[in-house]
Amino acid sequence: MSQLVKEPKQKSFFTTLAESPSTNEFMKGIWKDNPVFVQVLGMCPTLAVTNTAENALAMGFATTFVLVMSNILVSALRNVIPKEVRIASYILIIATFVTMTDYVIQAISVDLHKSLGAFISLIVVNCLILSRAEAFASKNTIIPSVLDGLGMGLGFVLALFSLGAVRELLGNGSILGYSIFSENFQEWIVMILPAGGFFTLALWLLLFNILKERRNHG
Amino acid sequence: MSTVATKPKTQSSKMIQVMGGLGALCALLIVLTYEGTAERIAHLKDEALQEAVIYVLPGAKTTKEFYIDSDHHISTEWTENAVPIFAGYDANNQLIGVAIEASGRGYADIIKVLYGYDPIKQQIIGFYVLESKETPGLGDKIQKDASFLENFTELDVSLGSNGSTNNGVVTVKRGQKKNPWEIDGITGATISSRAVGVMLNASTNEWLAIIQANLSVIQNPER
Repeated sequence: MSQLVKEPKQKSFFTTLAESPSTNEFMKGIWKDNPVFVQVLGMCPTLAVTNTAENALAMGFATTFVLVMSNILVSALRNVIPKEVRIASYILIIATFVTMTDYVIQAISVDLHKSLGAFISLIVVNCLILSRAEAFASKNTIIPSVLDGLGMGLGFVLALFSLGAVRELLGNGSILGYSIFSENFQEWIVMILPAGGFFTLALWLLLFNILKERRNHG
Repeated sequence: MSTVATKPKTQSSKMIQVMGGLGALCALLIVLTYEGTAERIAHLKDEALQEAVIYVLPGAKTTKEFYIDSDHHISTEWTENAVPIFAGYDANNQLIGVAIEASGRGYADIIKVLYGYDPIKQQIIGFYVLESKETPGLGDKIQKDASFLENFTELDVSLGSNGSTNNGVVTVKRGQKKNPWEIDGITGATISSRAVGVMLNASTNEWLAIIQANLSVIQNPER
């Protein structure tokens, strides 16, 4: 009787990388648990700020910065903050980083601050940031919290840009300010209006879910 | 008989300490960021204002700040409650015009603009939005829409004998502009474009007569 001993197949570098918990913490926000397309969080900026691709990108990166920084501080102080006052503490931390972001954007460019001014303060009430602080950073160490914040933030940027690009293209005939169509193009004003935000979000959600279904059954 | 184990409650003093400490830490972070960026923000705002003055006074090479005091005199000395205006001069030190700030209620918040006034032609010759929180893509067209901005190259604000403008600046529906003192509005930004007309009308009626009365001071700033 011969014994067949199957030698374990050596995993490639990319497989190891893909399966590592750190990669999972980072990647889940971009695809599997995308804050907009899967969790449907942060709908206020998603619908309000995505009428141009530039606004969408700036808002996305500002939110990512606040998300990562608040995750770091919440994670570092997770054993210090009593649970009775945790939500108040998280809001205080988030509001601090939003105020700092506001100053930094002003110091980078007056024009950028002018175009985002009204929306920066709204980052404080973005439930995505509070939910990551409460659901993840308050229960994990700093490194996974940073990866979680980065992944969720970039997933948010991706989603906002997807909406912003489509709305600007159809509503203004341009992407990031560069005209795409000829002068005869009739702009779809509705795409810049709030209704356009809902239409575009619905279409992206549909596309995202079709892709996900195919992947699961494929 | 069973006893239910309850978690010990956090003492109030601990909560106050943590919240107080966190508040202090957050305040420190904000103050440090403010201190670190204040100088650059002030510099950028100053630079942006200078650029805006040059922008609304086409052809201006240098600018000088003046102040209108409460007695309606214009000088280079700042006094309490004085209103700043900015004169622009060409390469030969000849006055091109005066840039004046105006503000008024828009759709979302107060809109602050800067407009250039040519005291010889008695026209508004330039327009720039300094601060606006109008809806991006709609109300913010007052700062981007090329055909709207064309309104402010020769907008008539000539003064009558009573010190007010002969025909107040007014915004009309797009395509209905017939007179040189009318502003062709923006479809989809009706409230914001009307607000511009209202604030320019109020500002011109308030300041232009004073500028005309003190024109020699602005034309010859060395005196």
